[in-house]
Amino acid sequence: MTPEEWTAVRLSLLVATTATLASLPVGVAVAWLLARRQFWGKGLLDTLVHLPLILPPVVTGYLLLITFGRRAPVGVFLADNFGIVFSFRWTGAALACAVMGFPLLVRAVRLSIEAVDTRLERAAGTLGARPLWVFATVTLPLCLPGVIAGAILCFAKAMGEFGATITFVSNIPGETQTLPSLIYTLTQVPDGDAAALRLTLVSIAISMLALLGSELLARRICVRQMTA
Amino acid sequence: MSLDVDIELVRDSFHLVARFSAQPGLTALFGRSGSGKSTLVDIVAGLVRPDRGRVAVDGKLLLSTEQDVFVPSHLRRIGYVFQDSRLFPHLSVRRNLLYGRWFTRHDGNGAATGLEAVVALLGIGHLLERRPGSLSGGEKQRVAIGRALLAHPRLLLMDEPLASLDDARRAEILPFIERLRDEAGVPILYVSHSVAEVARLATTVVLLNDGKVTATGPVVDILPQADSGEGGSVLDAVVTKHDARFQLTTLATRAGDLQVPQLSAPVGSTVRAYIRARDVMLALEPPSQISALNVLAARVAAIVDAGRAQADVRLDCNGAAVTARVTARSVEGLALAPGRPVHAVIKSVSFERS
Repeated sequence: MTPEEWTAVRLSLLVATTATLASLPVGVAVAWLLARRQFWGKGLLDTLVHLPLILPPVVTGYLLLITFGRRAPVGVFLADNFGIVFSFRWTGAALACAVMGFPLLVRAVRLSIEAVDTRLERAAGTLGARPLWVFATVTLPLCLPGVIAGAILCFAKAMGEFGATITFVSNIPGETQTLPSLIYTLTQVPDGDAAALRLTLVSIAISMLALLGSELLARRICVRQMTA
Repeated sequence: MSLDVDIELVRDSFHLVARFSAQPGLTALFGRSGSGKSTLVDIVAGLVRPDRGRVAVDGKLLLSTEQDVFVPSHLRRIGYVFQDSRLFPHLSVRRNLLYGRWFTRHDGNGAATGLEAVVALLGIGHLLERRPGSLSGGEKQRVAIGRALLAHPRLLLMDEPLASLDDARRAEILPFIERLRDEAGVPILYVSHSVAEVARLATTVVLLNDGKVTATGPVVDILPQADSGEGGSVLDAVVTKHDARFQLTTLATRAGDLQVPQLSAPVGSTVRAYIRARDVMLALEPPSQISALNVLAARVAAIVDAGRAQADVRLDCNGAAVTARVTARSVEGLALAPGRPVHAVIKSVSFERS
């Protein structure tokens, strides 16, 4: 593999890991809100979360561009006040991947939270645990397999994200050129077929490893929780 | 400690109005299913909000719709043992037991509050490292009781803790609840629809019928009027003798001596005997040469129609109340009327070890 290809693989792993870790706490919080609370605007939040799943990725990428771009209001605000710049940076690729993976994460976590018996949570309350502690000591451990599944889905989505990323942060080698972007570029040039095939195999390997790892982790948690 | 409840709640067609106080010891909320018992304890625990009313423990206001007070359940320090034990499946028995300790600051009151003391009281030492999934129903309930106790509650709620268990498991847990009542020093509010359980455990009974409190008072006074379908009477008794050969135990009661199937309680200990009204036979002459071992001299105090051509004959046995369920035909045939002396005959085998 050429250095250029290695760079793309490393960048993809960095972008996908960052996207997953950053959206995990937010995703769990939103999933909990949707699963356990009734509030005004719940339907709106639910729709908003699922929007990236149904919109064409290019549209999502364009919406990100006109929101977080260099001249866009939110982008300017973040750059001026916090020094955070998304446009044409790898952080922008991570943001695009996080947004695209978010609905998958929330769906998986929400389902597993809904499967946790609320009677156990109420029992924890009568033992003196405040709601946040009930979540940390009862709900979260019991829905952990679902959280892992959601995180892996989000990671896999981030590894494969193409449309939103290329629309939002373009295809700059070493900065925003992730694995799918490079494969796409290689298919556009003569003699790129061999390299594209190599990267395709790498991509398949990473996805399968992630899936295998999550299966093992989830199984270990289940065994630990349910046996004597 | 004292618990004061005065609440009102309307849900669809169900109307719950309850007002009672509970004193130290075990207070039983007694009534058939659907009478609102569980809703009432949920209100005391803070899991359900009533439409109107107040709940106070030891004068500390936990709920008052008038003064807009609502203490959330995790700040009430009220232990709750559920019908389905609700142990945390991902934690070992030991960590289940110690769960409440993370949140309650120790303030040194309450007797059996250490892990060792509670484990010894409930006999669960051999289960500590196991997971709830591998426990039997009775073991689960004992762990659930221990878990609630170790959170240092001011008051312990028990919602039919034995209802999901078979008779053998029930018999295994009842002695622990008795010890809890007598030794742990935590007042208990106990929900049940079983006359036998209430007769054995309760100090005070709150009778609930269709969402209304119909009577409150000591178990001996309240239970006989509790339920016409399963009427009976309660006698306080002292164990005086065990007969190893025939496996019988003699109990001294105000009404006279009773012979019952052998109990495990030692001589001198106090127990309660529950006599179902339909197990009591009446005779005008003292019967001789019969198999029944218990014959009590009595006087008819009142006769109450029990429907379907049957009557409950309330007897005065030397000051103790015993009820006999007989047919209307027998009432007429024996010319039973208030004041008439009779003999109450009770077979020893009709006593159940609850």
